[in-house]
Amino acid sequence: MAANPMTQFEVYRIGPEIKVGAFDISFTNASLFMVISSLAILIIFNLGSKKNSILPNKIQLLAELSYSFVSKMISDTAGSKAKPYFSFIFSLFMFVLFCNMFGMIPYTFTVTSHIIVTFILAAFIFIGVTVIGFIKHGFGYLKLFVPSGVPIVLLPLIVVIEIISYLSRPISLSVRLFANMMAGHTMMKVFGGFVVSLGIVGGWLPLSFSVALTGLEILVAFLQAYVFAILTCIYLNDALNLHH
Amino acid sequence: MFKKLFLYLLIANFFFTNKIFAAESGGMPQLDPEFWISQIFWLVLTFGFLYIVLSKLILPKISANLELRKSQIQENIEAAEKQREGSEAKLKEFDGIILKSKIEAKNIFKDAREKVIKNINSKKEILDKQIDDEIKKAEVEIDTLRQSAPEKINKIAVVTSTEILKKLIGAEVNNSSISAIVDDLVKKNGDKYYGH
Repeated sequence: MAANPMTQFEVYRIGPEIKVGAFDISFTNASLFMVISSLAILIIFNLGSKKNSILPNKIQLLAELSYSFVSKMISDTAGSKAKPYFSFIFSLFMFVLFCNMFGMIPYTFTVTSHIIVTFILAAFIFIGVTVIGFIKHGFGYLKLFVPSGVPIVLLPLIVVIEIISYLSRPISLSVRLFANMMAGHTMMKVFGGFVVSLGIVGGWLPLSFSVALTGLEILVAFLQAYVFAILTCIYLNDALNLHH
Repeated sequence: MFKKLFLYLLIANFFFTNKIFAAESGGMPQLDPEFWISQIFWLVLTFGFLYIVLSKLILPKISANLELRKSQIQENIEAAEKQREGSEAKLKEFDGIILKSKIEAKNIFKDAREKVIKNINSKKEILDKQIDDEIKKAEVEIDTLRQSAPEKINKIAVVTSTEILKKLIGAEVNNSSISAIVDDLVKKNGDKYYGH
């Protein structure tokens, strides 16, 4: 068994190598858990929306509570104009949440602990939000970089800072999720390694840490999915309702 | 002894740990671009599929379910409100009917009372009249009796006096002279006798 805490993040092929042109698109363990997460979401929400009883059963309640939770989150942060993007943010939140949560099961793979996955999601959000902003406001969207009520002297500096902060959005968004997941899982692996190496005599302390960390990581898994979704809503809010 | 064993194990463990960690090949697998394209491809595929199915099939259903429930509850509340209003209106109606019938009953009672009183009054009048008539008749009779009484008494007096005189003296006395005496007495003391 591998004791290196980073081996849990290794991607390996499952099945044959598939190549399209120069690109390797083989089915890997990462792909497997993406498929599992998506299918789990679809199965749960399909079961939750199948029957409509006035008094919902447990799974229907779960689906409806998630629906109203995300719906409320969007309307609170981005207003009513963000309604057309509800499905996207809902899928995003659920996808990240389920990937994080599946990663908490031992011997599974955490899809969101890979920077490339989170970066693609964040980049898509960034490009999408920018395009929406330019469609809604035209070149007026550039006013986002010019906050009102700033002294003229400071304006060039502020504009530069605003542009940098805007451009760093996809990076911060993706690194936040990736780093949280990776750090958490690495730490759990390290403490797990300590339990093994300290054995029955000294292993109890890291074991208790491990238990506590598992709880913390489940919290982080939910929280990071929530943060990812809510930051998307905030960026969307900037694009839809230009405040500056 | 335990302390010693514990320490020994601890030290041995650290050697073991060091051995394990020494075997690592370093670096993060995340930064190895070998499977990046594959991950991007599968991410787009699975997330795209998830998004399409959720947005086209599942979320509208959940939204419709929620709306339906909301509207149904609203409808039920409205129906209940309507029924409440209806029952209130009916209650008012019944109250009105009760009030009306009360007034009617009062009127009927009043009418009946008036009628009875009228009846009693008229009967009383008739009775009064009858009684008055009777009284008048009786008075007339009494009057006639009273008026005829002195004459009769005078006659009786005359007859009795003649009889008494006959028995006492044994002589017939003239009726006329006795009646004259009686008349004289009546004239003198009539008021005392008859209370005129």
